[in-house]
Amino acid sequence: MRDPKVVCAGGFILFLIVLALGAPLIAPKDPLAQNLLIATVPPVGFADAEPGYLLGTDGLGRDVLSRVIFGTQVSLTVAFVAAGLSCLIGSLLGLLAGFLGGFVEALISRLVDVWMAFPPVLLSILLVAVLGTGLHSVIAAIVVIDWTRFCRVVRTETMGQAQMDYVTAARTIGFSQPTILFREILPNVVPVLIALLTLEMGIAVVVEAILSFVGLSVSSDTPTWGGMIAEGRQIVHEGWWVLAAPLAALFATVVAFNQLGDGLARSLDPVLRR
Amino acid sequence: MSAPRLSIEALSAISLRDSNRPILRRVSLAVGVGEVHGIVGESGAGKSTIAKAILGIIPSQVRLTGGRIAFEGRDLLSLSRNELRALLGRDIALVPQDPSTALNPSRRIDAQLTDGLRLKRGLSAKDARLRARALLDEVQIRDPERVLMSYPHQLSGGMRQRVLIAAAFGLEPKLVIADEPTTALDVTVQKQILRLIRALQERHGTSVLFVSHDLGVVAKICDRLSVLYMGRVMEQGATADVLSTPRHAYTKALLAANPRYDRPDTGLEPTPPEVIAALRAEIAAFDAGAREARDG
Amino acid sequence: MADELLAARGLVVAYGRAGSPAVLHDVDISVGKGETVGIVGESGSGKTTLGRTLLGLVRPLAGSVAFDGSDITALDEKARRPLRRRMQMIFQDPMSSLNPRHTIGRILVEPVLLHGLARSRDAALGLVHGVLDRVGLSRGTVERYSYELSGGQRQRVGIARAVVLRPDFVLADEIVSGLDVSTQAQVLRLLKELTGEMHLALAFISHDLSVIRSICQRVVVMREGRVVEEGPCERVFAAPAAAYTRMLIDAIPLPAVDPGWLTRGAAVEAAATG
Repeated sequence: MRDPKVVCAGGFILFLIVLALGAPLIAPKDPLAQNLLIATVPPVGFADAEPGYLLGTDGLGRDVLSRVIFGTQVSLTVAFVAAGLSCLIGSLLGLLAGFLGGFVEALISRLVDVWMAFPPVLLSILLVAVLGTGLHSVIAAIVVIDWTRFCRVVRTETMGQAQMDYVTAARTIGFSQPTILFREILPNVVPVLIALLTLEMGIAVVVEAILSFVGLSVSSDTPTWGGMIAEGRQIVHEGWWVLAAPLAALFATVVAFNQLGDGLARSLDPVLRR
Repeated sequence: MSAPRLSIEALSAISLRDSNRPILRRVSLAVGVGEVHGIVGESGAGKSTIAKAILGIIPSQVRLTGGRIAFEGRDLLSLSRNELRALLGRDIALVPQDPSTALNPSRRIDAQLTDGLRLKRGLSAKDARLRARALLDEVQIRDPERVLMSYPHQLSGGMRQRVLIAAAFGLEPKLVIADEPTTALDVTVQKQILRLIRALQERHGTSVLFVSHDLGVVAKICDRLSVLYMGRVMEQGATADVLSTPRHAYTKALLAANPRYDRPDTGLEPTPPEVIAALRAEIAAFDAGAREARDG
Repeated sequence: MADELLAARGLVVAYGRAGSPAVLHDVDISVGKGETVGIVGESGSGKTTLGRTLLGLVRPLAGSVAFDGSDITALDEKARRPLRRRMQMIFQDPMSSLNPRHTIGRILVEPVLLHGLARSRDAALGLVHGVLDRVGLSRGTVERYSYELSGGQRQRVGIARAVVLRPDFVLADEIVSGLDVSTQAQVLRLLKELTGEMHLALAFISHDLSVIRSICQRVVVMREGRVVEEGPCERVFAAPAAAYTRMLIDAIPLPAVDPGWLTRGAAVEAAATG
């Protein structure tokens, strides 16, 4: 099913991946190189632009375009690793809870309820305080909070599927419990999972941006979109492009993830597809 | 012979989603005053489409391409939405198929019954409530007060269907469309409901258009039958005639495939492929003729 | 009894917590080798629960189920595994009883491999082709998904799945309820032929007495969790002993005009339903 929405969104994400992987080769300038002589220069096309600095420079004369390109590295790493880990942990527990029921389900559900009662922002700050700033804490913070989202949804979906006659049929044929869970039920839970995973990727990118906005993410040398937004906010009147570029990148990325997830869920679900 | 209350003339419809596949092929039938007319056919024959066309609720992917539906002489298809709405509920009522989804789960029965009475007959709240009680008595509900104060989920399927029948007949309409009203019910409850519909219909002189896939059900309650196959009326006539001396191959096939508890070896005769082929050919010939008439 | 394949005595079943009302009260039923027994009842009669209890999908609170002479009531899943091949089930809704994400081929091949009826996937496929031929489906069906088939075709796949393991006993739970009358006739005829050819014991659950009459030798009439009457079809239909059975038979509308039918039995019904 070649849905144009999926193709566009998927293409854009692929493009971002290419940017992230090839940043040192693709970015025109060194993202960390400061040059106060050309500080706060507007993008090419505007008056007083500096050739070679397509999106202008920031307050320290660094190339905005190169910084945005390098920023994809942090954003995508967080998106894939954090969302991936949350998905893995949450889904596994959700599958077990939904399928086994009884004591296991009660235990996991109570755990999720208690966990979700913690204020997420405080929890993130606590984690970063304990683990120190850096990508690992950002990823940890996201995983620690968002696994519950996967667990709940997967648990409900699994419970729903477990009621279906094809599961009863599998039991009457004599398949083992693990076989039933992973071969019969899981494939039917995957569409919901994919949609949630891509949604989570979008969320992860935004959370990282927020954390780097407040300086709790990676060190301030490494360019991140959140960090650039923080800096850009300060000089928005003198250099609006310093804020606009990372904001646009963030926006486009989250929209792409959402559209991809929506389109994938639709094309993977045979019932919705008809 | 007085003029029929409802007269469907050459009604045709197509499915927009399905490359304009015909759903109804010049369907004609007439329901007289005080008569129960059955439309019987298998799923996909188009029975529900006919009912929906009368009520003005055909889905957006279906388009009527011809014919008229005359109710007491007025063509329903040419009425404005407001004119049609004035007729519905007062002169034409519906007994739907699924009693569990036809009632609002979050409103009590008395509210749902009095809605129509107050809107369509202009009764005051008090009078409407009294009438609702009387209606439940008429449909032989033994504890009407309790039922009025209940929510739909507190009642059994048969009870809910009685409420819906009370709602339909309560406004003393001239025509009731019953769309598979007993399909979702147990067989013993079905008999009670059929008995009820017949009693109410006879008492009020209501005309009924009874849609069903069950030959046995239409045999017991309908005066006349239209046998529908792929949107085309294959046979039509008095119920006794159609069932005891069927003329069309499709009617015969339908009767042969029906299991009967009084004849042990019935119900195992699928329609022979030659008969299916002949039926398809008949439909194809009709379609070809219709195309010619349209294009020629 | 020498020819008894499946025999249940004194079954008491309740769902949910202790103290919930019983769904089956002291139910006895037996099915002989190669015999077709109909289980008829209206909603709430417990017929579906009875079927599932016979197959070991539901654990009874009291009573026993014996298969081919041995007590199988309290067996755990592992001990039941070898039995599973010999007791199979066909479901009411072929849409939900066929895993929407598996091809028909996979649905039919996996059970064959599980029970070792074929040594390799190719051999299993050969067996499956044979069964598809027998139930009147094309061999190309193995590549299709359930949503690509019609209701009648799906139900045939359900039958194929039940008989591919060459069981001794099959439970058919309302398998023709959603079908057009001519498709129903095809399915019933197929089932009758197969039970004869394979000497299958069949328990046929239905709310429709006419359908039961067409293929069953004996019938068990259930009401509100109890067996009201049972015996050979000929006898029960010609001379029903229980008032409820009589009421049930009278309520069936035959496709023939009968002016007195509507009002007949009204008094008996009123008395029976209270």
